[in-house]
Amino acid sequence: MNTPSSSLNAPISKPSTAPSSTSSSTPLLEVTNLTKHFSLSSASTLPFAPAALPQKLHAVDDITFAIQAGESVGLVGESGCGKSTLIRLVARLLEPTSGEILFNNTLIHQIPVGLFARSPYRADIQMVFQDHTDSLNPRFTAFDTITEPIKRLGPKLSRDQLKHRAAELAQQVGLPAELLSRFPHQLSGGQKARVGIARAIALNPKLLILDEPTSALDVSVQAVILHLLAELKEQLNMSYLFISHDLNVVRLLCDRILVMYLGKFVETGPTDTLFNHPQHPYTQALISAIPTFQRPLSAAVGSSGQSSGPFPRLSEAEARSPINPDPHICRLYGRCFKSSDRCQQISPQLQPISDNHQVACHYPEAFPRPS
Amino acid sequence: MNIAPPTLPSSPLPSSPLSSIPLLAVRNLCAEFRTRSGTVSALENISFYINPSETVGIVGESGSGKSVLALTIMGILDPAGHVTAGEILWSQSAATLNLLNTPEKVFRQLRGKDLSMIFQSPRTALNPIRKVGKQIVDVLRCHTQLPPAQLKPRAIELLASVKIPDPAQRYEAYPYELSGGLCQRIMIALALACSPQLLIADEPTTGLDVTTQATVMNLLKDLATDRQMATVVITHDLALASEYCDRILVMHAGHLIESAPTAELFQSPQHPYTAKLIAATPEPHKGFNDLAPILGNLPDLRRSDLPPCRFVSRCDQATDPCHNQPLVNTQVTETHQVSCWHPLGGPQL
Repeated sequence: MNTPSSSLNAPISKPSTAPSSTSSSTPLLEVTNLTKHFSLSSASTLPFAPAALPQKLHAVDDITFAIQAGESVGLVGESGCGKSTLIRLVARLLEPTSGEILFNNTLIHQIPVGLFARSPYRADIQMVFQDHTDSLNPRFTAFDTITEPIKRLGPKLSRDQLKHRAAELAQQVGLPAELLSRFPHQLSGGQKARVGIARAIALNPKLLILDEPTSALDVSVQAVILHLLAELKEQLNMSYLFISHDLNVVRLLCDRILVMYLGKFVETGPTDTLFNHPQHPYTQALISAIPTFQRPLSAAVGSSGQSSGPFPRLSEAEARSPINPDPHICRLYGRCFKSSDRCQQISPQLQPISDNHQVACHYPEAFPRPS
Repeated sequence: MNIAPPTLPSSPLPSSPLSSIPLLAVRNLCAEFRTRSGTVSALENISFYINPSETVGIVGESGSGKSVLALTIMGILDPAGHVTAGEILWSQSAATLNLLNTPEKVFRQLRGKDLSMIFQSPRTALNPIRKVGKQIVDVLRCHTQLPPAQLKPRAIELLASVKIPDPAQRYEAYPYELSGGLCQRIMIALALACSPQLLIADEPTTGLDVTTQATVMNLLKDLATDRQMATVVITHDLALASEYCDRILVMHAGHLIESAPTAELFQSPQHPYTAKLIAATPEPHKGFNDLAPILGNLPDLRRSDLPPCRFVSRCDQATDPCHNQPLVNTQVTETHQVSCWHPLGGPQL
């Protein structure tokens, strides 16, 4: 990245090529062909070893998507599929290998990662982290944690103004004001989650990235936090990029869902469509793996690998390696019950199947969901 | 609430003639932790039984005492914890042992052999600097009379039985080289090495993906059925427990508040807490507004003036007796018990 440093404060407006996806309004975030490969040290670095192909882990591979202002988008997939890498790229914590990130009409990928923390765009993209205990400084009180982003990136405020703002934020997230002087170890899981959310919204961000915000919470608290997040989104008119592997939670909060597998999107679409008529075998497997009260026991316990839920399940074979994947083979090949010769020869690309609904599979098929 | 269809899962009672004698019976178990800031009453008057070859789920929020209960049964409770009352009866080959006063020398013969446990996070429970195969061999060497030459083949056989691909290669792997799902399978292979009668799985799938969770749980269920092993699944995920367990025990703040066969529990939950837990769990058919949070927190278990019902501060139906009368245990049906002054009633099976 050789960006002139002068461009740091002057917004880098994108030339006239308007985004093509939705002509009516410009998306808040537009990611185009984003790729991140990690180099691995390979045997070839040893002396006398024959030169081998450089080992590249394809964490995020040629991904394109957009988030509209006020929209909440869910990102689901299993661990190791590149979800975390993708959100780190979007939050400008990692330098992409290639691709463009257009945020609010600005090509933010041109701002070097090292300088992004001080750029005005940092305040617009904020994160809520997965582990509420680990993501809070144990030596900071709740007040310190909440006001830290304001001190660093916000307008200059006096001590009284800071206190006022912190009290306001605490009230917004439903944290009793008397808890502001407490340290993380004196707070419960739900209260820590609220502190983490208050910190993230302190600067009125336009895009909030939520990395599994409820996975460490009990169901009773999870329901409270989900309601809070839905309210805040309305109040502050934020866009959400919501990462979770609990599809039931994603479904409640998101308008649209992106399903990711080994660095690529396999299916994207509106929440209802994706849930009721999933087309990709991987999405179907994800949905059928959700435990529910409804399913009778005998179905869930069917011999593994066979059709046991409403959808056929994936085989228990291991996932393909993300290291130097063969570009011609579908990444689900070997785990997918539909595997055919064609899946081995041509890797399927994301194809529109109906309005806003895209699938990357040679054999998309809707299984009617028993209601 | 729209709950499970009226089809009963496989009969909760085993068909063996021994069914009258439970494999494990816990009676009035009380345990506490003495800390500098007061005595935490972690378990109070817990009574339940587990029949041979049945799968029982223990569900509850974090801090409800699920893990303390499991550790107490295994006899590996932290030295800060004290069992103050009760008995844990273990019945095997016509003899009954009270595990609480079994000498450690005898208990060591049982633990890992007849009673086995899968711990919460496989990566921390496995020895990080010992090959996984060697860790299985350690168990076999302690508890079986296998000749040394057969230890390794038997370990590889066990790895294959939990469906680990390339078991002979994985024998040589260290835990950090394996994925979370594979580590959990190693834990299962370790726990099953000596074909135990009772397996306690403490949050066996926390931290695993839904797809991996389904394969691990299916594996556990298949192995339990094959070996006719009783399984206790401890989890905070009510939906998960409902899929894999014959019977469910619900815990709240150190009390066992309800126990019932799975279908019955979901069709007619009797304790207000159980009903609220079911309502708070996201499900495919539930909209955003159907998701009812449970307000309030668990009471501080260090208090000396704990109310007899520990749910009273979070309950909508609390009346005077809930605050000052000792808790009552109501037998709703033959297999359905609830500890509440005001059970919800509702449709009966």
